[in-house]
Amino acid sequence: MFLVWIILLPLLGAALSPLAAQRGRGVAAWSAGSASGLALALTLWQALPLTADSEAHISWSWIPQLGLNLSLRLDGLALLFVILVLAIGLLVILYAHYYLPKSDRLGRFYALLLLFQTAMLGIVLSDNLLLLLLFWELTSLSSFLLIAYHPHSSEARKGARTSLIVTAAGGLALMAGLLLLGHIAGSFELSTVLASGDRVREHELYFPTLLLILLGAFTKSAQFPLHFWLPKAMAAPTPVSAYLHSATMVKAGVFLLARLFPVLAETEAWFYLVGGVGLTTLLFGAYTALFKHDLKGLLAYSTISHLGLITLLFGLGTPLGAVAGLFHVVNHAIFKASLFMAAGIIDHETGTRDMRRINGLWKYMPYTATLAMVAAAAMAGVPLLNGFLSKEMFFAETVHHEWLGALDWLLPTAATLAGVFSVAYSVRFIHDVFFNGEPINLPRSPREPGHRIRIPVEVLVALCIVVGVMPGQTVRGLLDAAVTGVLGEVPYYSLALWHGFSLPMLMSLVALTGGVVVYVLRYQLFKLHDRWLPRVSSEDLFYRFSRGILRLARRFMQSFDNRSLQRYLAWLIAVAAITAAAPLTNGVILHGGADLMPIDGVSLAAALILAVAAIATVRMRHQRITALIMTSLVGLIVTLTFVHFSAPDLALTQLSVEVVTTILLLLVLYFLPGGERLEISPLRRVRDLLLAGSSGLVVALLAFGVMTRSHTPISEFFLENAKPLGGGSNVVNVILVDFRGFDTLGEITVLAIAAAGIFMLLRGLHLPLPEHGFGRRQWAVDVHPLIMAAVSRPLLPLALLVSLFLLLRGHNAPGGGFIAGLVAGTALILQHLASGLQWTQQRMKRRYFTLIGGGVLLASATGLASLLFGRPFLTSAVLHLELPLIGEVELASAMAFDIGVFLTVVGTVILILENLGRLSTQQSAQPPTEPEEMR
Amino acid sequence: MSEMLILPIVVPLLAGALLLVGAPRKLHWHRAISTGATVLMLIIAVRLLLHSGDGSVEAYLVGNWPAPFGIVLVLDRLAALMLLLTAILAAGALAYGMLGTDRTAPGFHALFMFQLLGLNGAFLTGDLFNLFVFFEILLLASYGLLLHGGGAARTRAGLHYVVINLVGSSLFLIALGLIYGVTGTLNMAHLTERLATLDASDVPLASAGALLLLVVFGLKAAILPLHFWLPHAYGNASAPVAALFAIMTKVGVYAIVRVFELVFGYGDGPLADVAGPWLLPAALLTLAVGTIGVVTSRDLRKMVGYLIIVSVGMLLVGIGLGTETGLTGALYYLIHTTLVTSGLFLLADVIARGRPQGSRIVVGPRPPDSALIGVLFLVGAIAIAGMPPLSGLIGKLLILSAAQTSAWAVWIWGTILGSSLFVLVGLTRAGSSLFWQGDPVSSHSRGALHILPAALLLSASPLLVAFGGTVSGFAEATALQALNGTAYVEAVLGLSPTVPGIPQVTLP
Repeated sequence: MFLVWIILLPLLGAALSPLAAQRGRGVAAWSAGSASGLALALTLWQALPLTADSEAHISWSWIPQLGLNLSLRLDGLALLFVILVLAIGLLVILYAHYYLPKSDRLGRFYALLLLFQTAMLGIVLSDNLLLLLLFWELTSLSSFLLIAYHPHSSEARKGARTSLIVTAAGGLALMAGLLLLGHIAGSFELSTVLASGDRVREHELYFPTLLLILLGAFTKSAQFPLHFWLPKAMAAPTPVSAYLHSATMVKAGVFLLARLFPVLAETEAWFYLVGGVGLTTLLFGAYTALFKHDLKGLLAYSTISHLGLITLLFGLGTPLGAVAGLFHVVNHAIFKASLFMAAGIIDHETGTRDMRRINGLWKYMPYTATLAMVAAAAMAGVPLLNGFLSKEMFFAETVHHEWLGALDWLLPTAATLAGVFSVAYSVRFIHDVFFNGEPINLPRSPREPGHRIRIPVEVLVALCIVVGVMPGQTVRGLLDAAVTGVLGEVPYYSLALWHGFSLPMLMSLVALTGGVVVYVLRYQLFKLHDRWLPRVSSEDLFYRFSRGILRLARRFMQSFDNRSLQRYLAWLIAVAAITAAAPLTNGVILHGGADLMPIDGVSLAAALILAVAAIATVRMRHQRITALIMTSLVGLIVTLTFVHFSAPDLALTQLSVEVVTTILLLLVLYFLPGGERLEISPLRRVRDLLLAGSSGLVVALLAFGVMTRSHTPISEFFLENAKPLGGGSNVVNVILVDFRGFDTLGEITVLAIAAAGIFMLLRGLHLPLPEHGFGRRQWAVDVHPLIMAAVSRPLLPLALLVSLFLLLRGHNAPGGGFIAGLVAGTALILQHLASGLQWTQQRMKRRYFTLIGGGVLLASATGLASLLFGRPFLTSAVLHLELPLIGEVELASAMAFDIGVFLTVVGTVILILENLGRLSTQQSAQPPTEPEEMR
Repeated sequence: MSEMLILPIVVPLLAGALLLVGAPRKLHWHRAISTGATVLMLIIAVRLLLHSGDGSVEAYLVGNWPAPFGIVLVLDRLAALMLLLTAILAAGALAYGMLGTDRTAPGFHALFMFQLLGLNGAFLTGDLFNLFVFFEILLLASYGLLLHGGGAARTRAGLHYVVINLVGSSLFLIALGLIYGVTGTLNMAHLTERLATLDASDVPLASAGALLLLVVFGLKAAILPLHFWLPHAYGNASAPVAALFAIMTKVGVYAIVRVFELVFGYGDGPLADVAGPWLLPAALLTLAVGTIGVVTSRDLRKMVGYLIIVSVGMLLVGIGLGTETGLTGALYYLIHTTLVTSGLFLLADVIARGRPQGSRIVVGPRPPDSALIGVLFLVGAIAIAGMPPLSGLIGKLLILSAAQTSAWAVWIWGTILGSSLFVLVGLTRAGSSLFWQGDPVSSHSRGALHILPAALLLSASPLLVAFGGTVSGFAEATALQALNGTAYVEAVLGLSPTVPGIPQVTLP
């Protein structure tokens, strides 16, 4: 259980930090410090002494579908890293309290730092690959926020984004790699995965798995050529750098190498990939560090180089390599954290980090200088300091390695060369900063800083010395435990300071003297470096590449989505035609076997008119009135077709819809700007012709196929049961109001919505009235011809009567609410047209929404009524009423439903007409303050 | 229990009709009705979800006519899940809408209710033609909601949306004609029976109809290259409308699962794999182009629009795999992406209102309450980019691991992982411009009230992780139920009317 608390304590600290910060910086630091401190104390109390079989382990099932469990395990390796993360975290918290400006309340800082710490602890404690991945990506995110701690600096933003993108990309590769690894091992539980090393290495997917996982580890550990985010991340406040780049973030990659060492290592691919990249990074980092004039820049590249060293050690794949690697992880964390802190103090006191200007600080801050020099010496690998020990082990490993055959000399040589540069930049750090004349033009006059900010540095430097002098008594136990965590056993190794004269000793000597020589010759080297080395770097490549990608993406998007409706529709129709035609490609017999009807003259003529009218609509699209007439022609032919095939209801509906829509369309066309001809490119003409032709052909073929087939549709049921069960002899109407009354209810709702939508759209809209009609024709002077008015007025009661007739007889003969509504609507429209909007409005209550909403409500209410009788929604019923005088009256609920339909249709038609009409009759003098029905 | 099935339809229908009738009344009357209806729908949806949790499938015969002759409503896990998601989005969008949007738009509440009616109906119906009707309802309502408020950009985008969807509706009808013409039925459960005995010579026609349906659903879901309408329409819609529209693409996705997995995929029918060859390539294209859209977006709302397209791509990958694990991942991802993108739309509006530059991704003064809004943006961005510790990662992992055994595995993994990276790049760039580079806040705070709906919707993401086991367990059970439609078919075809014939009521 304490494992959970190790992770939870920093997380709680993170949550509390903003609150604590409100009570002062000191409180914030104390709360953050106690979170880390308690977790550290808990770890030490519970986990020490840790033996091979006293591993702590807990597991809860979390998302079984994924294989993601909340499993934590503390073994030696995890313990080593937990202690590093917490201990150095504690020191950084202390350091930050004195380092960051007093104006910073520190709430956000500690919250982010502790969140990051939580994520790091999660990585090292996870016993489930997916859980590890979760924490892994969390470190990328929280470090992103830490690096951009001062977001108004563009460097910080850029650094943060670069580091996020690179490490997150690595994280995604790792995601793929771990998924593969779990797939191969059959479980994501680390304990299982670690036990299936042979299976993994022999699997056909071993190489991609390895590659993806390594990509994740290498980006995190800043291995060449993916290292460039690390120097950029130096824009972070120094405490962040001290934490991220010594003990945590970058060590996560190394941790992963160590953790998966038993599963993935000991193959040739591992050696060449890990070893090769490690070696390159080692040399590249060490070399580049020498040429950095920025104090933190030098440390950044030195970090890269040391990470390369550790990676190389793991890459060798030998047990002793792993031991040396782990040992160097500890040593590097200690001396690099103290160096970053010292660099921060120098930056703080001098106001700059440029080593060409900071010189001779020894005189001003001798105490800090001493601390920094000891740490730098440890970095250089000077005897009696911790760095020396692990570097000796490294040299020894390179000498004893036998993978390269005839090229075996290469490894020790390269290692020595890296050592030379490592010494050189360490010497530069010491000599340039603390000696080498006087400071040049510093923004601030340096002096010894306050005592407290040095405490963390003192602790770390003391550790450098203690470990360096008495390794056996200090770190041996922990190291043994960690090595057991990786290898399962502790190979024989010696931590003695003196192994007698040997090749590694000689290499150390060469490195030390060579380093000093290189430093002395540095100015010549700087010149050569500037002159001969190509300017290109992976960083430049990265930025150029990302800019290029963005440009390419923009260009693609602009040409792909050109905001043209025609383009969108062309895609839609093309896709529809292609997908619908696809099943017809391989030898389909379309003809379903039914006998074809003989072609008679009338049908042929109707078909011809249809075709001609359709083509004419397209040809005459610029003369809109003519085009409209052509579409009406299509509608009329369709109506006649319905008549021909004995579908009077459909014909009636089609006819009345045709009338209403034509009138409404005329009103709309009135506003459209004049009929200029737009040139259409020949290419588009061909495209559209092809699209129209092919999609028409496909639909025609499909229709032919369907119509020549005989089948047994469910409509037989409707024909048989309309009268006995539905109580009406007009099957169409019974279907509409009863069998599928639910659909009709939906459709009248559609009408109601359309009415509401149109009202909302046209409300407050003022369109310029066109001065003349199509073809520059003048508008008629007589707006409301007398004859038309005179004829239409007596027609109204007649028409309404017809409409009522259609409504009432609908259940048994052609008619029904929908048709009746359209007829009534048309009659009312006629009054508007003949006598004008104002005249009609004065004589009509304009509560359209009451009509429309009431219609829907009435239809719904007949449905709800059946619920009262314990029947499902919309169950139809017949009500027998015994009325005095009249006798028995039969009322079908379907009738009430149909009246609802009627009301909605009438209301909608008139509302649309009136709102369109209002647009065309507003006088310019009249202020646009029409009374509104809706609010 | 089954009598409750009609409620998700009746409640918004009555509320909408009432709101129309009471159009001249004061705004608070409208607000009271739609709030009441939305709360009621939320309660009903929770009850229905709990009920469907035991794996039973409930059917409801509208009009007391037996299937396949009448219209049938069906509640299974998938439908219940979609109903609840709709209700949650509605609550968030309505709460935000009542903070101001509804003042400028008469009829907002009525259209909002009708929109919900269309959505709920589409999720519940067991009849393809009725599905068309509900599609029309939700489309018509969305036209109104989208276009209200006017403005050149919005009208243009809205017009495109309307015209494209009209073509879509026509295609829907053609498809229904083909399927009915060959099988003689449009009842989904009945279709499984008819398809099983379909004559081999009729299969091509049925397939053509099925594929046309796929185009229609794909248009709704904004699958490439039928996605053009989405970024512009959503990017120009008012915030509560865009937030509610986050479910609209999911209607298309839902319909694909319902029709292609459950109905056509039932047993070993002749249409079992009709969509298969098209789905995965389309999914990957959608992912790729959606991602490019995210990276190139210069406007936050449009960016969220493209994020929706990306998520549609993810969903289709999961569905296109055609396996239970794939569908499980897709369903988990569906819950996640619907809630998060909806919250992001609201958040984008909060941000846009606080800056003179609106939602354009350019440097400008930070929005008021930028600390709080910034944290919310971070949460939303992490969630939608699929970074830990939020729900996007879980969904992505589920889909990735389901894709492992697919023949397309390399393509799927490559596209998804690449897309994740570039989405992250786009979001980082946006966040950096919006929150890091500007001067401190200029205008005064609009109060936390505006942030609350977005915060509530986004808070779903951590909850989906914390209860990840439960949610993915439900997703898995839902996937199983959808892939094996036996319970569905039996529930529909096995149900007979309570009392056959017309009830005759005699009053003295």
